[in-house]
Amino acid sequence: MADIHQLAQQFKELDDQLVNCMRCGMCQAVCPVFSETGREVDVTRGKLALLDCLADELLRDADGVNATLSRCLLCGTCEANCPSGVKVLDIFLKARAIMTGYYGLHPAKRAIFRGMLANPRLFNALTAIGSRFQGLFTKKVDDLLGSSCARFNAPLIADRHFNSLATTPFRKHVASLDTAAGSSGLRVAFFPGCVVDKMYPAIGDATLKVLKHHGVGVFLPENQACCGIPVLSSGDRQGFNRLVEINIDRFAGAAFDALVTPCASCTSTIKELWPRLYDGGKVNTEAIRLIGDKTMDISQFLVDHCGVAASGEQPDRGTAAVTYHDPCHLKNSLGITAQPRTVIKASNVPLIEMQEAGVCCGCGGTFNLFHYEMSRKIGGRKADHIESSTAKTVATSCPACMMQITDLLSHRKSGIKVRHVIELYADSL
Amino acid sequence: MAHETKQNLAREFAAIVGDDEVMTGETDLHAYSYDAAVLDPVVPSYVVRPQTTEALGQIVRLCNENGLPLTVRGAGTNLSGGTIPHPGGVVVLTNRLNRILEINEEDLYAVVEPGVITSRLAAEVASRGLFYPPDPGSQTVSTLGGNVAENAGGLRGLKYGVTKDYVMGIEFFDVDGTLVKGGSRTVKCVTGLNLPGLMVGSEGTLGVFSKIILKLIPPPRAARSMMAVFGTIKAASETVAAIIAAKIVPATLELMDNFTIRTVESFRKAGLPTEAAALLLIEVDGHPAQVEDEAVQVERICRENGAEDLTVARDSAERDIIWQARRDALPALAKLKPSCVLEDATVPRSKIPAMIEALTEISKEYNLPIGTFGHAGDGNLHPTILTDRRDKVEWQRVEQAITAIFERAVQLDGTLSGEHGIGIAKARFMEREVGAGTLAYSRRLKMAVDPKNILNPGKMV
Ligand SMILES: Cc1cc2nc3c(=O)[nH]c(=O)nc-3n(C[C@H](O)[C@H](O)[C@H](O)COP(=O)(O)OP(=O)(O)OC[C@H]3O[C@@H](n4cnc5c(N)ncnc54)[C@H](O)[C@@H]3O)c2cc1C
Ligand code: SF4
Ligand code: SF4
Repeated sequence: MADIHQLAQQFKELDDQLVNCMRCGMCQAVCPVFSETGREVDVTRGKLALLDCLADELLRDADGVNATLSRCLLCGTCEANCPSGVKVLDIFLKARAIMTGYYGLHPAKRAIFRGMLANPRLFNALTAIGSRFQGLFTKKVDDLLGSSCARFNAPLIADRHFNSLATTPFRKHVASLDTAAGSSGLRVAFFPGCVVDKMYPAIGDATLKVLKHHGVGVFLPENQACCGIPVLSSGDRQGFNRLVEINIDRFAGAAFDALVTPCASCTSTIKELWPRLYDGGKVNTEAIRLIGDKTMDISQFLVDHCGVAASGEQPDRGTAAVTYHDPCHLKNSLGITAQPRTVIKASNVPLIEMQEAGVCCGCGGTFNLFHYEMSRKIGGRKADHIESSTAKTVATSCPACMMQITDLLSHRKSGIKVRHVIELYADSL
Repeated sequence: MAHETKQNLAREFAAIVGDDEVMTGETDLHAYSYDAAVLDPVVPSYVVRPQTTEALGQIVRLCNENGLPLTVRGAGTNLSGGTIPHPGGVVVLTNRLNRILEINEEDLYAVVEPGVITSRLAAEVASRGLFYPPDPGSQTVSTLGGNVAENAGGLRGLKYGVTKDYVMGIEFFDVDGTLVKGGSRTVKCVTGLNLPGLMVGSEGTLGVFSKIILKLIPPPRAARSMMAVFGTIKAASETVAAIIAAKIVPATLELMDNFTIRTVESFRKAGLPTEAAALLLIEVDGHPAQVEDEAVQVERICRENGAEDLTVARDSAERDIIWQARRDALPALAKLKPSCVLEDATVPRSKIPAMIEALTEISKEYNLPIGTFGHAGDGNLHPTILTDRRDKVEWQRVEQAITAIFERAVQLDGTLSGEHGIGIAKARFMEREVGAGTLAYSRRLKMAVDPKNILNPGKMV
């Protein structure tokens, strides 16, 4: 373990970003973790102040600060609302990386991030095996949602109702595609993302159906790697760099008008984090920036480029209403809130707004794994709002949110379906 | 403090509030060493969070028995160091004392615990068709206890007054942990000393609030907003004076100087006139007929006093655009430089042109960018100094500039602080404004109710 003085020196490098926090405390109004615990160490201001103290060696409890850093959903709500424009996510991701350098990456994470995720072929093979055997460990709970809970009480699994791995991952039946632009004159690169691939292949299928319907050509290269967000949020910048390099290698050189994903987290990672946090030095930063500029959420693409618009007619009364949850990575990171709603309205289903549609569902990637109880509490509010909206379906634009919401609703036996916006739209075609 | 004593006291606190609500770890303590003022942090020895007002009283008594300095903390958003603890002291959090106990729609009052967040009360009250007007810019996070202890103001101060105008009654603990009650649920009350008056603006130095009774009023039925553009600050402030002279009291009457206008425009690109020397943002409210009438008059007065342009909001979207500009003022300025020091020197309305002129000189003399916006209607300006607190040399100039701003305000018959409080930040200027006698009287008062000086020592007096 390196010494604390060296650690402080590394945090000093964040000083130019840290100094922008004016300690106004306005983040207390929006941080979902703080709203549960009410403790200053859990709100952005507190975490930033602690990093300052660590950098100035006023504080020597690196363990304590590290623990508070992990109690964060990386939802970006604070950043989106910060009057001083503090680049909170940049700071937290870099801080996590510094901490990981100090403590070393957890061996299990190292195996997954550096080995499995950076080796798409191996990842695919392992999850295929996993999905074949998971029936032994999980039992069906709520058939409507298709979620499963642990039959045996594995410690990390607790009593989660998670979606089982798909028996056939999306990429297994659609390994690659390379079709020319159709009637739209447009061609997109398609980045389904790991969760769609392994958990929700139907979203991948729906996306392809919709693109085909609109005459959009698709470029889907084989063996894409993970976008890198789980790796980065665990502080593994080296693993992250490797994933960016693999992906750039798969996409650079191909001709396409936009890179679309049905996963809010992938979209914001490619757009915002690849250009800002890649420091591997192997790929040209210009290539990364170009891909980032072209990357967009699938609904944004449909509305802004394919002319999808809300249908003027009243949806038929028989159709049950849908409510929409804004994923943090679309709303906070990219400011996208209108297009997914337009796509829902274009799907001929009535949309009703829930309260606090833009508040985090509490998933937060690995936050859900390591702070499951708090994640459930934060999500509880979301579930309350979904239920009281009276909608029969909750739609969203991020498969990670879908997993969390499925877990929440399944525990409550709400009988409310969880769908991706693009699935609703595909159904209507 | 000896380690053992510290442990014992921690156990005693835990016996009152439970283990989970006593924090003594290094990381937790450092997270309560600062507030929104640009000052050096001070680390407390304990942070304690009571869940009931009974526990709050017991904590106060325990602190007094052991001579432990106690600082109450609401949301820690005050801008004067009021919640920066005394070295080795105790920080007492109120954010779990957050129940709205009663909203009385017949007698128009609300009873709250001190940790209730301002905007939460305002929303709850609004949902019952009533109105709680004080709206500090921090209202989505600030607590009502903090508002009372700082006598917080807001945009509506001109017509509706500030927090002190809404405090009907208060309950607080004295240093022995004995409950003291002042005021009542009645509009009129002359029973005993005006203790609510004493507690307002006391910055945690005279008692620890446990319950507050706040006045509510019926909301205005209509409102009209407008934005007027001026070529000189003088014309803008003469307009302010003329509006008041015409016996019109707008709910809000805000001013932005040229530096602020340009900064907000480059931030939001809402089409503000970047050439203008000043903008006035005005809202009149009340009965629809009165609003109609006053809006016409205000428009005329603006034009007569040289407004170069005037926009009246026709619907709520246009109204939002106007107020967005004002809401953007601080965020836009804050983004220009790493640190921003938000001052709140206040002068009589008629002295605004002189004060703005003084600020321009000070900005030049100390070579510091200063953007000024604020509540022109009540003379409460927010000169905002943009700087980088890491630059030691520049920081010295900032401190000199703050002193200069204060001196000019007092010369103009104004005051040190309109709403941000004295705390640590301005304690050294107190004597110059109020005089040695006033300060000595305040200190005797403080020593009489708090002989061991445990209640937020080092603040204000
Ligand atoms: C962005 C921003 C905008 C702001 N805008 C305004 C504005 O428009 N108008 C304005 O007036 N102020 C404004 N402020 C200043 C600040 O928000 C107010 O002073 C507010 O009232 C502080 O509330 P708080 O809950 O944060 O109190 P804290 O900062 O926690 O405490 C303030 C003082 O109150 C004392 N206190 C708190 N609770 C109690 C209690 N129960 N019993 C006894 N003493 C107690 C504390 O000891 C301290 O001295 C602003 C601040 C920021 C950061
Ligand atoms: S809102 Fe932004 S500037 Fe204010 S305390 Fe939070 S992070 Fe800092
Ligand atoms: S990213 Fe989300 S959870 Fe983390 S500090 Fe900001 S608002 Fe809180």
